[in-house]
Amino acid sequence: MTTTLTPILTKFWDDPQSWTLATYRANDGYKALEKALKMEPATLVQMTKDSGLRGRGGAGFPTGMKWGFLPPPDGGPRYLVVNADESEPGTCKDIPLMMAAPQFLIEGVAITSYAIGCNHAFIYLRGEVVHVYRRLLRAVEEAYAAGLLGKNILGSGFDLDVTVHAGAGAYICGEETALLDSLEGRRGQPRLKPPFPAVAGLYARPTVVNNVESIASVPPILLHGDRWFADMGTEKSQGFGIFSLSGHVKRPGQYEAPLGITLRELLDMAGGMRDPRKKLKFWTPGGSSTPLFTDAHLDVPLDFESVGAAGSMLGTRALQIFDDTTCVVRAVDRWTDFYQHESCGKCTPCREGTWWLKQITGRLENGQGSEEDLEKLLDICDNILGRSFCALGDGATSPITSSIQYFRDEYIAHLTHGGCPFDRDASSLFARENVSA
Amino acid sequence: MATNSADGHFGHQTASGHLTVPAESKEPYDADVLAQLHADAEQVVARYPQKRSALLPLLHLVQSVDGYITGRGIDFCAEVLDLSRAEVSGVATFYTQYKRHPNGEYTVGVCTNTLCAVMGGDQIWEAVSEHLGIGHDETTADGKITLERVECNAACDYAPVVMANWEFFDNQTPESTKQLVDDLRSGAEVRPTRGPSRVCTFKQVSRVLAGFPDGLADEGVGAGPASLEGLRVAREHHWTAPASDQHHGRHEAGATSGGMTPGRHTSVNAPTNEPDELPGGKDAKGAEK
Repeated sequence: MTTTLTPILTKFWDDPQSWTLATYRANDGYKALEKALKMEPATLVQMTKDSGLRGRGGAGFPTGMKWGFLPPPDGGPRYLVVNADESEPGTCKDIPLMMAAPQFLIEGVAITSYAIGCNHAFIYLRGEVVHVYRRLLRAVEEAYAAGLLGKNILGSGFDLDVTVHAGAGAYICGEETALLDSLEGRRGQPRLKPPFPAVAGLYARPTVVNNVESIASVPPILLHGDRWFADMGTEKSQGFGIFSLSGHVKRPGQYEAPLGITLRELLDMAGGMRDPRKKLKFWTPGGSSTPLFTDAHLDVPLDFESVGAAGSMLGTRALQIFDDTTCVVRAVDRWTDFYQHESCGKCTPCREGTWWLKQITGRLENGQGSEEDLEKLLDICDNILGRSFCALGDGATSPITSSIQYFRDEYIAHLTHGGCPFDRDASSLFARENVSA
Repeated sequence: MATNSADGHFGHQTASGHLTVPAESKEPYDADVLAQLHADAEQVVARYPQKRSALLPLLHLVQSVDGYITGRGIDFCAEVLDLSRAEVSGVATFYTQYKRHPNGEYTVGVCTNTLCAVMGGDQIWEAVSEHLGIGHDETTADGKITLERVECNAACDYAPVVMANWEFFDNQTPESTKQLVDDLRSGAEVRPTRGPSRVCTFKQVSRVLAGFPDGLADEGVGAGPASLEGLRVAREHHWTAPASDQHHGRHEAGATSGGMTPGRHTSVNAPTNEPDELPGGKDAKGAEK
């Protein structure tokens, strides 16, 4: 094995009080902020560019470049908004990060705000994780009390207020412009771009929207050097990231590693498949919105370029692993239900298209419908992809088109069998308990 | 199309999704309740540069008092934020956590998105739904449990997952979930897998979501076992992150801006901030030193 794990953000999650400011300080916490406040903001932006850090929320846009897009100051406010609305199916890295070590995020927010000239930052957390909200509120409270937020931070003259805002249940709010509308007290519906948030974001002011893990990675980069970060990972996908393994794997969990690690390596670390007699059938490299991979893709380096070249997207590194007990049609049908439920209704192709997709995947899973339905699905997908304001509709097509590409026969089998040919109990967790008993 | 009538109990919404609420939903708040709501709302509004941003937390606040989004709660938000009732209703009906009819004391959500469903969430859902005799978005007659199918709640490494008032119950089975709802109904002690020492009521949790801490942040674990798997493997193999950058100095304190190492960076950078730009403009002079 050539790649090893690199615990950085996860390094002290096993401390019994991992979330406190005291624990964070004992692990070099806020040393990066002290350093930052003595630097020129533009130097910090350049450092982040040089580190090669790319957005960890799925799209992979260079973080420092995003900061650099802000127009020159005009005397009015500029905002940092952290996207903590983690809701992409399979994605489960930001929530444990904020529960175990929220101060990473708070320090990152302070440094980033200083770098971009922001005096009021927001953390938009999905509302369905109340204990994480408690931890974030507490982390902010502790930081204020220690003079790490508020007026004249560490005597630098820099002022920063941080508001932690809870959403109320809507996947679409993970899309950055929908998130901004939601934060403004509206229905969370995406905006037409341009203008991009960098020019007209929150309250139509210049705004940077970054993912939790991106912002949390800023303190370590500043502390250890942009070259330290850039030397990890691959040439164009630099640094480390948290890889989330779930499903039919022996030890699901969070594995922090350099970008470019392969699923084969990660599976090896995670103890292999839950039952070695059952083969890996399909998996998502970055959540349900990224086209499925199969066991043919075990050695694809998990970096932005390699995953893209192999026909999918790195996304959020949400590796959902399914073995051959799993019906791919059932899986896709359920994801399709999700996209239909979460489509915000703004754009017709997505609103209507996901509704029709759901009807068709539903009847196929039940062995009704016909082979022509597959062409109909692909045709609808073709009419959704790239035809709406945001990527939700695009995401809805990914599992469908990729599953038909790799598993067309299995769809047909549902028709010839007159229903789903799989025993769903065999793929459950309880089945695993039966196996080991 | 059959249309349910509002009879003042749990779970009524027209087939087309229109809100029908009990008549008492529109009765005015008692003076002391209203005074407290105004005092709380003032704090919420103060967190934001523009007051409309307070709408989501204020709707959580309404649920902390009424247990769902009432007509009077909508009136209250509209009044405080200078919005029309239609604007407030439009927002309240967009988000799934805002309840259109009286909610049970505990919302129990079974994740039936693909990963959890495959890992057994479907079986859990069927078992607990049958056990309680209610379906999605329905409430037991004793007003204790509202059952929901929920979407991915970002705990896939603990699948199948059940949420009770938005606290994590990891690696559930049909049996464990039936036990959970029985315990919640009987008032027995219930401890989330990753969360505080107890499950708060729907109204209590709604108040937290409005941004009012309940003092429970320091309870519970920092991370569950799955969150620590990678760390455990790294420790076992003595794997650590690389040591700090040995080529310090590129961006040391006091260094001038720019600082690109020749030949190392080929990317064409887009517009950047001005090198002499200060955060917060004129207000941040102190940052120069």
